[in-house]
Amino acid sequence: MAPVATDPMAGLSGTCADVRQGDAQDAVDGVGPAYVARPGSTEETGELLRAAAAYGLAVVARGAGTKLTWAAPPTRVDLVVDLSALSAVVDHAAGDLVVVAEAGCPLADLQAAVAPAGQRLAIDEPIAGSTLGGLIATNGSGPSRMLYLTLRELMIGTTVVRADGVVAHSGGRVVKNVAGYDLGKLMTGSFGTLALVTRAVFRLHPVPESTAVLMAPAADAGDAGRLAAAVIHSDVVPSAVEVDWPGGGGSVAILLEGSERGVAARAVAARGLLGAAVEVSAGMPGWWGRYPWRAGEIALKLTCALSGVPRLLATGRDSGAVLRGSAGAGVLYGALPAEAADRVVPLRELCTSLGGSLVVLDAPPEVKARLDLWGPVPALDLMRAVKDQFDPDHRLAPGRFVGGI
Amino acid sequence: MSADLDSTHGTTKTAGSTVGPTSPEQDSAGTPDPAAIEAVRRELDALLPEGALITDHARLRTYECDGLAHYRVTPALVVLAATAEHVAATVTVCSEHRMPFVARGSGTGLSGGALPRADGVLVVMSQLRAIRQVSPADHRAVVEPGVINLDVTRAAAPFGYYYAPDPSSQQICSIGGNLAENSGGAHCLKYGFTAHHVTGVDLITPDGSQVQLGGLAPDAPGYDLLGTVIGSEGTLGIATSVTVRLTRSPEAVTTVLAGFPSTDDAGAATSAIIGAGVVPAAIEMMDALAIEAAEAAVHCNYPDGAGAVLVVELDGPAAEVEQEFAAVRRFCEENGAFEIRVAADDTERALIWKGRKSAFAAVGRISPDYIVQDGVIPRTALPEVLRAIAELSGSSGVRVANVFHAGDGNLHPLVLFDAAQPGQDEAAEEISGKILDLCISAGGSITGEHGVGVDKSAYMPRMFSAADLDTMQMVRCAFDPRHVSNPGKVFPTPRLCGEVPGRHQGEHPLAKAGVAEIF
Repeated sequence: MAPVATDPMAGLSGTCADVRQGDAQDAVDGVGPAYVARPGSTEETGELLRAAAAYGLAVVARGAGTKLTWAAPPTRVDLVVDLSALSAVVDHAAGDLVVVAEAGCPLADLQAAVAPAGQRLAIDEPIAGSTLGGLIATNGSGPSRMLYLTLRELMIGTTVVRADGVVAHSGGRVVKNVAGYDLGKLMTGSFGTLALVTRAVFRLHPVPESTAVLMAPAADAGDAGRLAAAVIHSDVVPSAVEVDWPGGGGSVAILLEGSERGVAARAVAARGLLGAAVEVSAGMPGWWGRYPWRAGEIALKLTCALSGVPRLLATGRDSGAVLRGSAGAGVLYGALPAEAADRVVPLRELCTSLGGSLVVLDAPPEVKARLDLWGPVPALDLMRAVKDQFDPDHRLAPGRFVGGI
Repeated sequence: MSADLDSTHGTTKTAGSTVGPTSPEQDSAGTPDPAAIEAVRRELDALLPEGALITDHARLRTYECDGLAHYRVTPALVVLAATAEHVAATVTVCSEHRMPFVARGSGTGLSGGALPRADGVLVVMSQLRAIRQVSPADHRAVVEPGVINLDVTRAAAPFGYYYAPDPSSQQICSIGGNLAENSGGAHCLKYGFTAHHVTGVDLITPDGSQVQLGGLAPDAPGYDLLGTVIGSEGTLGIATSVTVRLTRSPEAVTTVLAGFPSTDDAGAATSAIIGAGVVPAAIEMMDALAIEAAEAAVHCNYPDGAGAVLVVELDGPAAEVEQEFAAVRRFCEENGAFEIRVAADDTERALIWKGRKSAFAAVGRISPDYIVQDGVIPRTALPEVLRAIAELSGSSGVRVANVFHAGDGNLHPLVLFDAAQPGQDEAAEEISGKILDLCISAGGSITGEHGVGVDKSAYMPRMFSAADLDTMQMVRCAFDPRHVSNPGKVFPTPRLCGEVPGRHQGEHPLAKAGVAEIF
């Protein structure tokens, strides 16, 4: 194919009505784009990416921009594709508990659209304002993953635009479906390095009639582990078992969901497991489902086998980390002071020895530059091969992902 | 529970490839090259222990089909792998010789996913059957792929846990096969499929190298290759170890059998139950013809004169199950149920399930041959699709018995015919194919749990565009550029991995937009 004439601005504008020069506000983790385009449809996104391919532009997708500093900064960005115009809840099939929505749709908007039918997408919103696309790209999850698992399980159909502009679908709009490869899972957590997700289909769950939150103080990590395990291995079937571990003790909180009478009976049983100091309430504590870090800190995601949680809590405290997350899933989030970057490696070694991993999600730029964000990644060669197939020129969010992908 | 031997029945078939809109891959069975086979045989013979390599034609023939006996191909060679090293060695040799290999577990699959290649090696995994670790504290077990599904539950039961995915062949099917097919089962309405219950695999990739995907903990860093491999029908490699999630055994289980005048009534009850926010562990439906067959086969004593029955199972905390049962009873009664029975104990529960779980094999009692179809529709489309199936059946004279997972819209129409009667075979295949078309036009899928395999690859273009299939095969090319891992399955036409078809087709968008000229 012969090269294309004229400058990229004109070329991009020919495919998408809303294209402008990038400015400082558009920087992706410190890397500023030359152009920002805001396509209005999947088809327009396809045309846009075909044009970007013709000009060899590096492309980063943006939703609400709440997590653009996560992962590694891109090695270059020419074009930011702002997906905020793709914000529609396209179809809510209430009788089938299925919803179709565009990637730029804020999760809160989707929840508001399905709520009148007594339904919800069973995913948490750790950062307010997150869009579906942003959650998919970062594999965002929260407390309810213990019972409902994560987006990759809740997403049953996906529309993507490839680096070459081709639009492709996988899955469908029925929950049970084994036709073809599940590309939705591949996209989930890929930080926009394989393709741009423009639309997705999700299964929904009924909003429970009743909920109860039980919270118990834990003096030390062993205590927290015992409380959590007592509930996890019981018959009360919690939707979430969370631990909040600011250091020097903390608390374990569980969420029960179900019918009014059922929840009442299960709360009685859970009280017996959590001890005399338990508090029962209808609402969640303020820290529930929120990441523990503050601006300027090192943000961690730590995973381990369920039985490893107490050790992780104990070591975390000794390392000066604030930990919080799902003791029921073995997925915790942590905050370290920027000056404590040297604690990342020993914490990672512990996670690995406990059957999990540690990923540095975010950190101040100078700290990030010095850290191995991902740690050891088995099957990295295979991941590179996948990347090479989807994005042979390495133009989608280059450098942001594992192994420099 | 009775053995559900639907998959061992010798006369079942599914949709068939003859009615597809496009022909399946020209040569999915392969043409043997004696020199290449001999070269591979010699190398494998040197690498594998005595007895692990089968070359005798009569013994090779015993592996000629899986649970879909309609398709038969005698493999060139069979390897009975006993260790991961045997698998790796075999795959490496195959890759070097560009010889296809096909993994096989218990051979119960219903889409021909483990159909051998005449020009390739069948790797039989059933000897890899150690349960390496059961760790209730971690909600995990680590098992080899040849382990039988139900044996995982048996190993976990003493600790109060079980393995949730329960395909109806669970007494004989293997975890490796479940992984390949992303198997479901009656209880996946509430608990999900294999993909939701596997957190790690050791995989021999199609070039023979070994990689670890996932592990005890969820969310391993990097691409979710684990989620991609699950359900890929053996086209991305062979698993040699599988880490599965164990689920706490429910405190209470209530199983309800309700008889309705018609499938419309039973469907309305299903919609009412789901619409009210109740999520049963299972909701299964059978129509009159399926009930007749089950009665003939296992005397399950379902309600007399029922036009449809529902089997609804509720499980979880006793206090919740009690509430849900009250709701289910009310919705069944409101929608015309004339008889509602509740299993008083495990024996009664087993009897209720026996009728349902034996249904596939049972139609053998009322018809010499039958096709087991597997399609999915949105649950709300159930009444109209069932009516359309009845019309197809009525106008063609081909009888169709309906058994399905009503809760998630997964239909298993059983298309009955007599192969001895001229033309019936073709008529049955045509109806079976039209049922898939109904599923697609209702917004559903051509397979909910049996897989695409060799049987439905010709139907993939009806559900997915060329670009969709091309994109899926990019994954295939990343894992298996030599196209040796179970080739001829899933995709109707292979993608050439060295090129990117369609990339530069059509008018360039810039030229189209009039802002640039191509020169």
